Amino acid sequence: MTRLNQAFERAAAEGRSALVVFLSAGDPSLDATVDLVLAAADAGADIVELGVPYSDPTADGAAIQRASARAIKNGTTLKGVLEAVRKIRTKSEIPLVQFGYYNPILRYGEERLVRDAKVAGVDGLLVVDLPPEECASLRDPAIREGLDFIPLVAPTSDEARLKLAASVATSFVYSVSMTGVTGSAGLDLEAAGNRSIALSKILGKPIALGFGIRTPEQVRAIAGKAEGIVVGSAIVETIEAASSPEEAVERVHALIRALSEATRT
Amino acid sequence: MSNEENQRSQTGRFGPYGGRFVAETLMPALDELTRAYEAIKNDPGFLEELDELLQHYVGRPTSLYHAKNLSEEVGARVWLKREDLCHTGAHKVNNTIGQVLLAKRMGKTRVIAETGAGQHGVATATACALLGLECEVYMGSEDVRRQAPNVARMELLGAKVNPVSSGSATLKDAMNEAMRDWVTYVKDTHYCVGSVAGPHPYPTIVRDFQAVIGREAKAQILQRIGKLPDALVACVGGGSNAMGLFHEFVGDAEVKLFGVEAAGEGLDTDRHAAALTKGSVGVLHGSKSYLLQDEDGQVIEAHSVSAGLDYPGVGPEHSFLKDSGRATYGTVTDREALDAFKQLCRTEGIIPALESSHAIAYLPKVVEAIGEGRDIIVSLSGRGDKDLDNAREWLEAHGEKIG
Repeated sequence: MTRLNQAFERAAAEGRSALVVFLSAGDPSLDATVDLVLAAADAGADIVELGVPYSDPTADGAAIQRASARAIKNGTTLKGVLEAVRKIRTKSEIPLVQFGYYNPILRYGEERLVRDAKVAGVDGLLVVDLPPEECASLRDPAIREGLDFIPLVAPTSDEARLKLAASVATSFVYSVSMTGVTGSAGLDLEAAGNRSIALSKILGKPIALGFGIRTPEQVRAIAGKAEGIVVGSAIVETIEAASSPEEAVERVHALIRALSEATRT
Repeated sequence: MSNEENQRSQTGRFGPYGGRFVAETLMPALDELTRAYEAIKNDPGFLEELDELLQHYVGRPTSLYHAKNLSEEVGARVWLKREDLCHTGAHKVNNTIGQVLLAKRMGKTRVIAETGAGQHGVATATACALLGLECEVYMGSEDVRRQAPNVARMELLGAKVNPVSSGSATLKDAMNEAMRDWVTYVKDTHYCVGSVAGPHPYPTIVRDFQAVIGREAKAQILQRIGKLPDALVACVGGGSNAMGLFHEFVGDAEVKLFGVEAAGEGLDTDRHAAALTKGSVGVLHGSKSYLLQDEDGQVIEAHSVSAGLDYPGVGPEHSFLKDSGRATYGTVTDREALDAFKQLCRTEGIIPALESSHAIAYLPKVVEAIGEGRDIIVSLSGRGDKDLDNAREWLEAHGEKIG
């Protein structure tokens, strides 16, 4: 069983939602990313999504846009992110999702990326702008190598599209909580929670609910309604606000600890 | 429509190019738009309403003008397809009238658009004012500066202009921001894409609405000289005026097609916008096409003196025409474009847009390729009033005067 599926099973066995956290790799540096992921694992995150920076992140809000721009400016590449993953793997078994946009993968070469990601220790691929209709050229080699492929569903997806997403998912499905970009405000927690319960039934796969979830209070409010809960922009903003990498690690650790506790209450 | 064409329009592929690379949230909206477009594109009621507006509001057909003085200078019989004479001063309005009519039929109440030079923004604002829809336009803050008169026009027409300061603060970033808006307000909003770029069905929709340029040009040239032209020339940023002119002639193998990209400060510098000439295959803004990108797949900022050509991507059908050899793509530098800008003013009394000046500037190269004395149709895609400040600034920076 893959690390990702194990993480969902473990959380389910404990009667809680899995905590999925997102980090923009390379912000403030790839060395800091390694420390941040280890801190996230130590603080109770069940899964880490590592965002590969891209110049044109059309699904992201201001916080992740700024983080991506900083990461690109300091020279972060997909190859570098995979090196960071290899370093993380020498110290931690935390499930890792490579998260990002299609063009850097296409440029790297899909087959080559899948091989290198597997060797480095990546567990799954999530590509924001690669819908099920276009995913075969990446998904097929990913499955051959034993990497999970994680599709997205949105509030606009009808039942046919939900089934399409479920048919390409090998582990969990990322459920976008609302129409908008990452970090948007105004999420209706009750509606999102109820929709999540219905979604899991239709999909027959675990879902991780993300977009607009920032605080332990919000996590508590929807805990148990989705198999996984994703927090991203709030963590990226915490790193941005820190005055040093050490302070970022400390603050992120505290935030994730609080978020993790919220999944258990 | 042939089977092959029909199939292409269903999948949105032009050979290996095109497709739909967008966030899941937008996929249902693209399906809805595809269905709505397929339903209206042969609907007599819709086409009649569109034709009525194109004729009496936009001022079509635009003339095909035999530019004798210019012809003499370049050694060819040059015919200018005068899209600069369209209402709002550029070809962009052909597409926006069509798309806003379509949006209205789809029950959308709000229209958003990206704009580079501001021509597409003005054309969208115009169509929205006419047809009574709310309009917001995203424009790079660098372009807001370069194209101030168009910002004022959009605001006067009732549109809200949102400056975008991320990235290179030009067309690409405006398009990113428009996509973020659309993903947020997709339910009641239509995204009026301004070029033959973006995810399926946009490259097809925009081409079809712009194809009126080539249909008219073909009828006009046949009437004037009783034969097809030897060549067509058009500038290519995203490539909508070029696809609009080319489409009707793609099946006429004897008509050579030339697209002209912006070489900016030179192809040997990193300040150009020549995606087809110097780029490689990638995915930007929802479709697979040639693209200016670095070795890590990050999109490179484009540069051109002309804001409308300042885009690192290009419409997927152009990539297909390039690979298949059906069209030839060349480039023109800022310097050559400004010289052509002045040349057309001087010889014909026509002030061309800096975008269209690229097509004019390429004429000697077309003559070199096909020989002297041939019939060449040039898409004069827009008028240059909007560029006067920008042209003066560029010329003065190079020690010249505008006059």
